[in-house]
Amino acid sequence: MSNTDQRGIVATTIDATNPSDMQELHSRRDARHERMFRWLLKGCALLVLAALLGAAGATLWGGRDAFATFGWHFLISDAWDPGNDVYGALVPVYGTLITSFIALLIAVPVSFGIAVYLSEVAPAWLRAPVASAIELLAGIPSIIYGMWGLFIFAPFFADHIKPWLTNNLGNQPDDGKLSWVAEHVPFIGKLFGSDYPFGASILVAGIVLAIMVIPFISSVMREVFQTVPTRLKESAYALGSSTWEVSWDIVLPYTRSAVIGGIFLGLGRALGETMAVTFVLGNAMNLSASLLDPGTSIASTIANQFSEAAGLQKSSLMALAFLLFVVTFIVLLIARLMLRRLASKEGR
Amino acid sequence: MLTTSRKNPIRLAAVASFAVASTFGMAAQATDITGAGSSFVYPVMSKWSASYAEQTGNRLNYQSVGSGAGIAQIKEGTIDFGASDAPMSAEDLQKFGLGQFPIVVGGIVPVVNIAGVEAGQVKLDGATLADIFLGKITNWNDPKIAALNSGLTLPAGKITVVHRSDGSGTSFNFTNFLSKVSPEWADKVKFGTAVDWPTGVGGKGNEGVSQYVRQIKGSIGYVEYAYAVKNKISWVNLKNAAGNVVEPTAETFAAAAATADWASAKDFNLIMTNAPGDNAWPITATTWMIMYKTPKNAGNSKVAFDFFKNALENGQKAAADLDYVALPPELVSQIEAYWAAEFKN
Repeated sequence: MSNTDQRGIVATTIDATNPSDMQELHSRRDARHERMFRWLLKGCALLVLAALLGAAGATLWGGRDAFATFGWHFLISDAWDPGNDVYGALVPVYGTLITSFIALLIAVPVSFGIAVYLSEVAPAWLRAPVASAIELLAGIPSIIYGMWGLFIFAPFFADHIKPWLTNNLGNQPDDGKLSWVAEHVPFIGKLFGSDYPFGASILVAGIVLAIMVIPFISSVMREVFQTVPTRLKESAYALGSSTWEVSWDIVLPYTRSAVIGGIFLGLGRALGETMAVTFVLGNAMNLSASLLDPGTSIASTIANQFSEAAGLQKSSLMALAFLLFVVTFIVLLIARLMLRRLASKEGR
Repeated sequence: MLTTSRKNPIRLAAVASFAVASTFGMAAQATDITGAGSSFVYPVMSKWSASYAEQTGNRLNYQSVGSGAGIAQIKEGTIDFGASDAPMSAEDLQKFGLGQFPIVVGGIVPVVNIAGVEAGQVKLDGATLADIFLGKITNWNDPKIAALNSGLTLPAGKITVVHRSDGSGTSFNFTNFLSKVSPEWADKVKFGTAVDWPTGVGGKGNEGVSQYVRQIKGSIGYVEYAYAVKNKISWVNLKNAAGNVVEPTAETFAAAAATADWASAKDFNLIMTNAPGDNAWPITATTWMIMYKTPKNAGNSKVAFDFFKNALENGQKAAADLDYVALPPELVSQIEAYWAAEFKN
């Protein structure tokens, strides 16, 4: 419809029978479409930016009372006392960082193993079903992981894994006799010392988070491992390399930046995960060096307290939300810097 | 619209029948009222509103969004009534032209997980309970606990405190009770929907606390009575303000509501914990309905009052089925007198 309209208008100034005029007409139209397309794309991209700035701005604005009242102290205080209206972010921020760190510590090697197995080792008929199973895992809602963690994994952990950890690695073993490891390796005793008799804890939250992010990291790794040219791998095999050497020295360096990207995708999810963590973290506002003690995270604190909060408490929760933005931003920044350093080392 | 649908007889018929249906619907249309707030009353509100809708056709839409949100929404005037587990102060009520009254009573019970201990076997008093939650009493064989439980030998074992991780009316009433019986609690921790718990681990919701208490040997927590019954967790009998050890039952909850000094509490601004009656359960809670004294929508407000009247006078059975207790008749007549005196309707 619009075609005929345009033709009708331009036909008055341009001779339609002249081929060069027609060409000009086409190129002008193309240029206009190109411009519109560019604006559209720019709009889409700006929308993301606007949403990001809007959310960050709204949380900062909501948290202004907390920042004004507590200042920098908000960041370094471990108090969270609604009775006396004193709030600090240290415990939730620590909980968020440590649980995500544990999650990556477990998820990255396991994901690497899954990806290498699926792209290098597994028989062809097994690859597709396992790959889709992993993608299905990624689609499970987090509340299900949380309930599984609370009802099944946390009791199992408390009965079977935790006693071994506290007795063999911790500084508060049941029989009072410190193990060799707890005595000789600094910090280990503190990390695994706990007299809490139940499962829900920082370590369990980290493990549940690891299970949640493994599908994300491993599917990215698997995809990019498949992009490695076969001739590179075959050449290495021909020179007598083992599968491990090919994976570590050929496949991984070739895909390094995409692999790091995948890891940070998983980290992003771990940092912001709410429901699953709320279930298995124990929700205790105390700062403990032990991984077996309950803790809290930014997202779970907000989920727990927001609905009944008012005044300064609500503002402090908003300030926490803003801090989550900042933490995520810093983590992504570090990822970028790491990539840049890697790239410059390789002389690319 | 008509021109486009002329080409399509089916669509035209659909539009016409919809128009007819909506006119008929209009004729018999009922009033929908909206309330929001406390999750403590949500189960009984849904039950009451279902039977009320059957009787009158008027529907009640109750959103269980939390007391804080309920108060915020009624202040903004976006709903017909708010529901809060904590009463609003007289100044706040005056400032916003609001009135409040209690609607139903529920009990909160301490629950324990000690091997071999059945419901009601352990007895505690307020001060001991507060010391446990303060982290000062840490073992079940503590002499203070033993002194209250002659004839029952509790095994030595570490006490793990379980509290709510989310802000809640249950915590509000529980900590309010601890503040009344323990000066140290009142001074250090105070009371509120969320507090800085001196010790222990947090479960989300009554379900979360129930689950933790069932999992952790030697634990003590607190839940609404219905959850202790439903999850078969052993509750603790408490010594009340009159010095009697009472069991959590509908009678002791009702006794608390009946003996609380409502008459001298302006706008029913009274928290029922540690009620004075001989037979009163010490941690009894209610939820306040909050409404405008001069309603913004008189029609809706009228229906809301009719709903509450119906609930207070005929809702006992529904409440009892859900382990709530209806307000005693004296209190109901006080509330109705309050309506007549304070609300323009």
